[in-house]
Amino acid sequence: MSTFSIYSLAAILLVGLGVYGLFTRQHLLRKVMALNVIAGGIFLLLISTAYRNQDLFPDPVPQAMVLTGIVVAISATGFALALVRSIHRRMAESETDPSQDSWDQP
Amino acid sequence: MNQVIWVVLLPFVGSVVCLLAHRKAVFALGMAASLGTLIVSVGLVAHVWEHASARVELGGWATPLGIALHLDGLSALFLLLTAVVGVLVGIQAGSYFAQSPELRAMGSRFWPLWLLLWGGLNGVYLCSDVFNAYVLLEISTLAAVGLTILSGSTASLVAGLRYLLAAMFGSFMYLLGVALIYAGTGQLDFLLLSRGVTPQVHTLTAFGLMVFGLLIKSALLPFHFWLPPAHSSAPAPVSAVLSALVVKASFFLLLKIWFVVFESISGGTPGGMPSQLLGILGSLAVFWGSFQAVRQSRLKLLIAYSTVGQLGYLFLIFPILASPDFQGHEALAWGGTIFHLFSHGLAKASLFLAAGCLLQAMGTDDLHAMRDIAGRLPVITFSLGVAGVSLMGLPPSAGFVAKWMLLRAVLASGQWWWAPVIVLGGLLTAAYVFKILAHTFVPSEGEALRLNSVPLVMTLVPLALAILCVLMGFRADEVIALLPAVPHFGTGKNGWEMP
Amino acid sequence: MTFWLPLIVLFSSLVTGLVIFMLPEERSRLRTTLNMLGASVKVAGVFLMAWGLLAHDVVYEVRFTMGFGFDFLLKVDLLSLAFVSLSSNLWFLTTLYAVGYLEGSPNRSRFFGFFSLCVTASTGVALAGNLITFFIFYEFLTLVTYPLVVHRGTPKALEAGRTYLWHAVTAGAVLFLAVVWLQVLSGPFDFVPGGALHAVENLSGTDLKVIFALLIIGLGVKSALVPLHGWLPTAMIAPAPVTALLHAVAVVKAGAFGVMRVIFDVYGKDFAADLGLLSPLALVVVVTILFGSVRALMQRELKRRLAYSTVSQISYIVLGAVVLGPLATVGGLVHLVHQGIMKITLFFCAGILSEFLGIYRIDQMDGVGRKMPVTMALFSIAALGMIGVPPVAGFVSKWHLAQGGIQGGQEWVVAVLVVSSLLNAAYFLPILHACWFKPAAMDFEGTNTQRGTFSKWWEAPWTLMLPTLATALFSLAAGVFAGWEWSPLGVAEKIARGRDGGLP
Repeated sequence: MSTFSIYSLAAILLVGLGVYGLFTRQHLLRKVMALNVIAGGIFLLLISTAYRNQDLFPDPVPQAMVLTGIVVAISATGFALALVRSIHRRMAESETDPSQDSWDQP
Repeated sequence: MNQVIWVVLLPFVGSVVCLLAHRKAVFALGMAASLGTLIVSVGLVAHVWEHASARVELGGWATPLGIALHLDGLSALFLLLTAVVGVLVGIQAGSYFAQSPELRAMGSRFWPLWLLLWGGLNGVYLCSDVFNAYVLLEISTLAAVGLTILSGSTASLVAGLRYLLAAMFGSFMYLLGVALIYAGTGQLDFLLLSRGVTPQVHTLTAFGLMVFGLLIKSALLPFHFWLPPAHSSAPAPVSAVLSALVVKASFFLLLKIWFVVFESISGGTPGGMPSQLLGILGSLAVFWGSFQAVRQSRLKLLIAYSTVGQLGYLFLIFPILASPDFQGHEALAWGGTIFHLFSHGLAKASLFLAAGCLLQAMGTDDLHAMRDIAGRLPVITFSLGVAGVSLMGLPPSAGFVAKWMLLRAVLASGQWWWAPVIVLGGLLTAAYVFKILAHTFVPSEGEALRLNSVPLVMTLVPLALAILCVLMGFRADEVIALLPAVPHFGTGKNGWEMP
Repeated sequence: MTFWLPLIVLFSSLVTGLVIFMLPEERSRLRTTLNMLGASVKVAGVFLMAWGLLAHDVVYEVRFTMGFGFDFLLKVDLLSLAFVSLSSNLWFLTTLYAVGYLEGSPNRSRFFGFFSLCVTASTGVALAGNLITFFIFYEFLTLVTYPLVVHRGTPKALEAGRTYLWHAVTAGAVLFLAVVWLQVLSGPFDFVPGGALHAVENLSGTDLKVIFALLIIGLGVKSALVPLHGWLPTAMIAPAPVTALLHAVAVVKAGAFGVMRVIFDVYGKDFAADLGLLSPLALVVVVTILFGSVRALMQRELKRRLAYSTVSQISYIVLGAVVLGPLATVGGLVHLVHQGIMKITLFFCAGILSEFLGIYRIDQMDGVGRKMPVTMALFSIAALGMIGVPPVAGFVSKWHLAQGGIQGGQEWVVAVLVVSSLLNAAYFLPILHACWFKPAAMDFEGTNTQRGTFSKWWEAPWTLMLPTLATALFSLAAGVFAGWEWSPLGVAEKIARGRDGGLP
């Protein structure tokens, strides 16, 4: 089994895990984390392609893509976290019973 | 041709300037950036009109390291729609956000986000490789979510988060497709990809993932769940932009992926089934979205569901163009789809802005409260009516021309089973449009509802959009003339050659 | 001028309508002036067009090409001229009537705005030179009549509006499908006297039959063919001028006019007969004529009886299109005009009765002839015309229809006309008898104070009486002077000659 196959399989595993988590977990934080797991898988796949077709030098394009991708993913994650926090604060302010609301399940 | 870059840069620069500028200057600066972008956009449309398509490599760097921009008839039309709606919404926003200190604070956040969104959208229309498309689409998504939660209400925060999660998931699926295709072919550019794509497992998977991700972002049934709450809980100018423009950017990318990049896959026999599936989903969206719209009792939610329904029509282009006995009628299908996209963009923006005026005048957007509005707010009711007529696809309007072309394309392609979708969809649309209008004719019982005053500008902008929609129904030639620059499947010519 | 004149005729009411929308409610004098100005310009424009076409053979044509065989085409031929002169003249009179009728009621700007747009639509229907343009105005007509039907805003009016809308919009969708389908099969074509389709090759008969059925369903709703007539009797809830306009010139007529266009100028009468399309339609028409009359007999409300009478009478026009003899074509064409002026007179009178005496039901009409002799005299003229008593206009139509039936070897037409006329008599004569000869059923002196009293001759304001008088006199004159070259009959003969060539 080549290195590339190992990386790809790991990447697919990560993406699968993330998708599973996104659809089964109710808690918002976990949803955001699941999305990041998916992103991790994709970046792994991308970065592993950099070394595949080159003899001596790794391909710079995937590295650029992963760097850009990480920046995008981080901004989106940060934004999502900020949103989760303010929703959570709102819920606490309006004194709704947390156990009744799917957004606040542990 | 170097002004191409300005159509992306100008809104981005405007966005940063608006973010840093003093609160009082934001509107003037934002409007200046908007008008500048409009002028550049119109210039680009004129350029395509005269010289067909163009391709620019930024900074002289060749792809894949550099970034190339590609301008053709399709992107020119999208640029134009965005610019026209954008400037008019900007005018509306200037008046809308000037009314109270709270709204003024909101307005100073609106402009940077909106210009960022605009730049992202223009970038999506112009970019020529799959990865930059991802980045730009993501920029637009983040800005759009930021606009959704502008009012800060709990409902909008929840809707915004749901939108963000759905959109992020869609983007990642698309990015996974990009990773796979790059692993397989080592290419990112639309054109280079379209030459290198062969029907292998990883290519097909990549194709499926990219389409899947974009379908989520363009809210095709059953991935529409995030749209109605997000579009209905935002302030009126934002709803207008979201419904008229943002969902269509993902659709634009879908068109490029489907008909340019994977043209050899989607155009051939294996494309038959997926394209029929998209057609079926589109039809279901038409019925389900319109049906849900009929059931709503709040105006903004009704209009938002109507977007779900109207977007469904756009997906009929996939099965129509996949038909083997359809040679020579491509222009009809493209014309119908683009006309629908335009008429929906203008009409929907007009509806949301008019709804915003009503909301302000009445203090609620409950349909049952809209008694006796027709006599007292004639301009707003008139805009609602005219935009509604275009949505229904009745003459005289651009919506009618769109339905006319689509129906002809459907019948000419021999796929008569889509014809009932177009006809019945129009009837369902009539049901919810007249549900709105019928309420405006009911006289008030007892004391009439006290109406708050609405600034004149705010009532005139939806009217202008609605009238544009009608006028477009009388000029189809120019749009059609731009469209041969659209990629034809199977030929690979018409503007998709490297210069 | 050949380019601008049809546009002036079309825009005279469109611009008026749009300007009136923007007028504040209280500017009623300005509004009336604008209305009458627009109406006058339209009548003058139509007159000029008629003169140009008939005396100098000028071709009036406006064409915008929109691409993909989508041509917006206005073209004036004799048939459109007949319809457009009817609608422009009656619009003038009805506007005058409506000004008086609605005096002091709310939302008049909205009303008159849509009223003008409604006439714009029917002008467009008349001038349309191909099916697409026809469809555009036909649907526009639906949209602008809806606000008129629901004008009062009462639950009943809204209900009637909903019924009307669903009938009309569904029919519009069917019509749309048929029009587009036909164009996909045959390519773009304009209306051609004698039919455009028989010249097109490679059309399958089955397709043409299905499309014809769809076209007739789409048009049959507005022209109230049984069983698609359901909306018409409920729509009489609208204010009297609206009902008058709907029944005489706008909606119902647009449907009948469309059927004529389809049979004469799209398929061609001979081609349609060869395809076997006319016999089934004839059956529907006969059923509609008889059914409408029987139902009219059963109504106790005056306006509902008149509405069912329209269901029956409109089908005479279609009958003229489906019966083979050329004289029947003349009969149908001339009834397009005759039914308009007679029915509008009846509705004008019904409006005066309800507005000034509070009379809605037929049993309230006993002895009303002594209270309002002028109104009821005008009513009687129109009613006798509807029955077909010479010399009023209705007789001329029925005579030609019957002649056409004999000419084409379809003697059943005569039987249908006789039975229908008997039924007409059965539902109109009792009204006439009651109002002239029975003792007064109610104390009219107490009821006439709703709007104040008027002099002996003006039983209502002159704005209401004058139009009624004019249309009643038209109905009489159209019968008495039927032999004149430019009477409705004379024009109908010209039209028929230009089309079928079967007339001597």
